[in-house]
Amino acid sequence: MTDLNKRSLIKLAALTAVASAALIGCGKKEEPAPAPEAAPVAEAPKAEPLKVAFAYVGPVGDGGWTFAHDNARKAVEAEFGDRVVTTFVENVPESADAERVLRDLAGQGNKLVFGTTFGYMEPMLKVAADFKDVKFEHATGYKQAENLRTYDSRTYEGAYLAGVIAGAMTQSNTLGVVASVPIPEVIRNINSFTLGAQSMNPKIKTKVVWVNAWFDPPKETEAATSLLNGGADILMQNTDSSAVLQTAEKMGKRGFGWDSDMTAYGPKAHLGSAVINWAPYYKKAVAEALDGSWQGNTGSWWGHKEGAIDLVSIAEDVPAEVKARIDEIKAGLKDGSFAIWKGPIADQDGKEVLADGQVADDAFLGGIKFYVKGVEGKLPN
Amino acid sequence: MESIALLIAASLNAGTVLAIASLGLLINEKAGIVNLGAEGMMLCAALAGFATVVHTGSTLAGFAAGMAAGAVLAAAFGVLVIWLNTNQYATGLALSLFGAGFSAFAGTGYVQEKLPEQASFALPLLGDMPLLGPALFRHHPMVYVCVGLVLALMWFLWRTRAGLVLRSVGESPESAHALGYPVRRIRLLAVVAGGALCGLAGAYVSTVYTPLWVEGMIAGKGWIALALTTFATWRPARVLLGAYLFGGLTMLQFHLQGMGVQVPSQILTMMPYLATVVVLVLISRNPTWIRINMPASMGKPFYPGA
Repeated sequence: MTDLNKRSLIKLAALTAVASAALIGCGKKEEPAPAPEAAPVAEAPKAEPLKVAFAYVGPVGDGGWTFAHDNARKAVEAEFGDRVVTTFVENVPESADAERVLRDLAGQGNKLVFGTTFGYMEPMLKVAADFKDVKFEHATGYKQAENLRTYDSRTYEGAYLAGVIAGAMTQSNTLGVVASVPIPEVIRNINSFTLGAQSMNPKIKTKVVWVNAWFDPPKETEAATSLLNGGADILMQNTDSSAVLQTAEKMGKRGFGWDSDMTAYGPKAHLGSAVINWAPYYKKAVAEALDGSWQGNTGSWWGHKEGAIDLVSIAEDVPAEVKARIDEIKAGLKDGSFAIWKGPIADQDGKEVLADGQVADDAFLGGIKFYVKGVEGKLPN
Repeated sequence: MESIALLIAASLNAGTVLAIASLGLLINEKAGIVNLGAEGMMLCAALAGFATVVHTGSTLAGFAAGMAAGAVLAAAFGVLVIWLNTNQYATGLALSLFGAGFSAFAGTGYVQEKLPEQASFALPLLGDMPLLGPALFRHHPMVYVCVGLVLALMWFLWRTRAGLVLRSVGESPESAHALGYPVRRIRLLAVVAGGALCGLAGAYVSTVYTPLWVEGMIAGKGWIALALTTFATWRPARVLLGAYLFGGLTMLQFHLQGMGVQVPSQILTMMPYLATVVVLVLISRNPTWIRINMPASMGKPFYPGA
């Protein structure tokens, strides 16, 4: 017995030595390098790096939604260097697990925590109440607190721009959308895509297939196949994978990338990618957390104007005048002279929802629960 | 009309996956072994196939890797249930859960990978026919291989001596044993063959049907394949028809939505599973249907000494 104890004691000692050596090593690394040109202004001694954590709903390799968030995380690291330490947890389901993960992240000393999907709303609210000194940022939600604020991007601007191209390029005048879950954001994107297409060609019709999932490539493939079989020749998707674009490629039709640049997934089919760039917002949030100006109980909704939304990698065969029109719209979005949701806009049954000249405000946009004229099928409730 | 032709085409494609896996399970069950691990084997095979195609660029190599992965898992299952006489149902469930977890773990590096572009297929002349061409003759070769498999299996089971021995092992392993047949080895061979076919189906999903790797991408197809063997009362031809029917139901839900038919999509999502239950209830009400074809010793362990 004594022998055993001795042995384990030696082991323990060795382990401790290794561990402390490692710790010292790490500590050295984390120490801020002496500033090459010491700032003349007497600043407060550099504090420990700000620990920033991200909870993702999908894998960082989804090539879409989560991939875009992770790129922004990397941009934050690049921007702030050793003033921040970032970590992320991927594949966090929108269930009871989310609360556990968020609580864990807050408990590990992260002072700024990003939750990147709508379904984390209630868990974030709960965890935020228990960790008053941690700042929480929730994407696409609407509930806020002292230390919890929300942010979102105007993905519908990208959808509209994609629609403009689709409207100019379609031969069958029928577009298809593979949609995920019937929430206002997705419905708004389907509508905006249709409005964009109709701005080029009023005869456009849009067919919609709901797959009731954000990330289910086989289902997305089947839905895309059925839309193309049903006469659509250009597809858009509000799901998170590249499966829809790949299906269009396989069947010789066209499609768009969504959330991230998906050119590589369908080089021949790809007409453009409506991308979200979370980096400007993430940089702003981290900068505010660092300098102490971070405020809870607020929400941000950034679009092309703030550099959060863009349509990139437009296909070469898109005519120059269409590309010019895209640039015109982008410029208009930037200086505020162009509004996508400007009347007259009628819903599916022809009822006017926005009078001539009326511009929708954010409250209107946040509560869209109808299809605009030209979208076929019935909205699931 | 055109859209119906395309719906048929999509249904055949979706049904092929189910049919191949289900034929494998049918071989198992004809030899008296129920392998509930189909879902797990298909997932591991999907990953093995996908990874192989990523590294070699050859779809055929991917199929081979998928079959190998399925066969290896099935062999492990076989040793457990045939020699160690563990409970077939519990072991099969464990295999399914293990396969789902293991493939998700081992596959993290492949989530973002892309496969090389694949050629499209069309039979000469037949593929150019209006309507029938796009519906029947422009499929991946695997769709036709699957039909061939059905015929081959029918011939094997009912027209060859080996098939007769296989069935006798499933009906009465004691009698087969008394006649001097190596019951355990025959059962293991059947299980491995079944695993290989499940593996082929899994690899087809990840390399051709949806050329991607995502955790859990088989999405219940293994379970439907299991239900299909009962649905088909252990007849290969009926397995094929049932598979096409279920494939059709899967595609129909999206097709109806695309046509603007006002059916809640959640109900449509349930339809293949609902159909399975209804059919199970119907055939269970008819004892002769089940009794004539169901292997009498299915799911029962065999102790050679007893």
